[in-house]
Amino acid sequence: MGGSSLNKPTLVINGKRTDGRDFNELRKIKITAAPLENASGSAYLEWGNNKILAAVYGPREVNPRHLADSTKAILKCRYAMAPFSSLSEHGRSGPNRRATEISKVVKEVFENAILLSEFPGSQIEIYIEILQGDGGTRAAGITAAAVALATSGIQMRDLPYAVSVGKIGEDLALDFNMIEDNYSDSDVPMAISPRNNEVLLLQMDGHMTKEEMSKAIDMAIDAGKIISAEQRRALKELYELRGESNHLKGE
Amino acid sequence: MEAMDIVEANYIKEIIAKGLRDDGRKAMDYRNIKVTKGVLGNAEGSAQVELGMTKVLAGVKLSIEEPMDDTPNLGNFMVSAELLPLASENYETGPPSPESIELARVVDRGIRAGNCIDLESLLIEEGKVWTVFADIYVLNYDGNLFDAASIAVMSALADTKVPKVENGEAKREERSAKLKLNNIVSSCTFGKFNNTILLDTNASEEKAMDGRITIATDGKAIRAIQKGLKGGFFKNEIEDAMNIALEKHEFLKGVITGE
Repeated sequence: MGGSSLNKPTLVINGKRTDGRDFNELRKIKITAAPLENASGSAYLEWGNNKILAAVYGPREVNPRHLADSTKAILKCRYAMAPFSSLSEHGRSGPNRRATEISKVVKEVFENAILLSEFPGSQIEIYIEILQGDGGTRAAGITAAAVALATSGIQMRDLPYAVSVGKIGEDLALDFNMIEDNYSDSDVPMAISPRNNEVLLLQMDGHMTKEEMSKAIDMAIDAGKIISAEQRRALKELYELRGESNHLKGE
Repeated sequence: MEAMDIVEANYIKEIIAKGLRDDGRKAMDYRNIKVTKGVLGNAEGSAQVELGMTKVLAGVKLSIEEPMDDTPNLGNFMVSAELLPLASENYETGPPSPESIELARVVDRGIRAGNCIDLESLLIEEGKVWTVFADIYVLNYDGNLFDAASIAVMSALADTKVPKVENGEAKREERSAKLKLNNIVSSCTFGKFNNTILLDTNASEEKAMDGRITIATDGKAIRAIQKGLKGGFFKNEIEDAMNIALEKHEFLKGVITGE
């Protein structure tokens, strides 16, 4: 929410959304696995006009050391929007309150997904940098970070994905872009574990009946099939490429 | 976690698996809730909430400010939260922690999404509006800060009186009208322990808790949700939580309004 009612654009024209999509249609998602060399794992994701880099460092020594947990790895997560990421004014650098909250709930998603007890006494860092934002950046960031983690080789229970469902007038709509996000009054980002459809992140504000909330969860799970497929395609592509180059080297 | 915390968490998990709670409550029972409004004189509104042994104070101050660019006719609303070092051995002084920011933002979202404050009534004149600052002060931590803070802020807003304005300046000694509220939002926070879901977790239970979900409603619609901690929730568990939150609204509304 947070949008004003001033100069509100028409969000639905002839049954289609501003960018021509149907209500249950995702924007185009393209993921590239492991674009960064120094990180233990990374992913670059384009989701509509969102452009996001995710990277993973670790497991490595905990800094500061007293935070170490002898039973499991600790997780650190930074979600941040670049100062040039939005169409409006230059953003202030450093994490604001919104980014701090998102970093926390994203961290909790991966505390569920990663087998932290495999790496006692260490820390794993997840960095999500929004280079260009166009609505749904936390969902896109989680989807990218899951792929980055997979390329790092850190053991996970599952490869979570995330997507948001919002409400335009009386209709639920999948995967809001920025204009829809600004001028509608409900938005529900969700992260889901595809192996059992457990909801790992759920935030909502606005106005929804409980029936609409149930339907929103179903829409996210449905869309997850496409998102998961793209995550897996990106990973397969990476390892097929690696396989070929090893082959050429005679390994 | 300290060794004693692990022992305590294991004990809590054991008794919850047997269908019990350490303080004898049923799964969907609140602890006693006590709201005292108007506990501070200088603040424009205030309320102290006791939820079991959790104690939260909310203070409301109003300031004359410029409106936001995109809402020139509306007042502003801002919630902050402090987990005071005097409230728990685990809280430290320093910049706001992610926990305190989350607490403030979740309380803010429910009240904002519920259109609780009549922001139009806060327009003073062109270019001048009231900004409503609600500050959450956690005084004693015994679990479920989300509901205690939400009740405290809603109650403090219900207690708030708007100062008179003379020549564009606030005359704080003279508070005339009550802050206009359009809606009352209540929040219900549930903890998940393996497959068991409990309402209003105390501090001992929160040591053993896997997941947390807060549902803010106005009795008709869902206004805000926040899922926290690493444990996930299944769709049917979220639906059950929404039903309970909608059912509990009348009771919590009564606690807030004192009616």
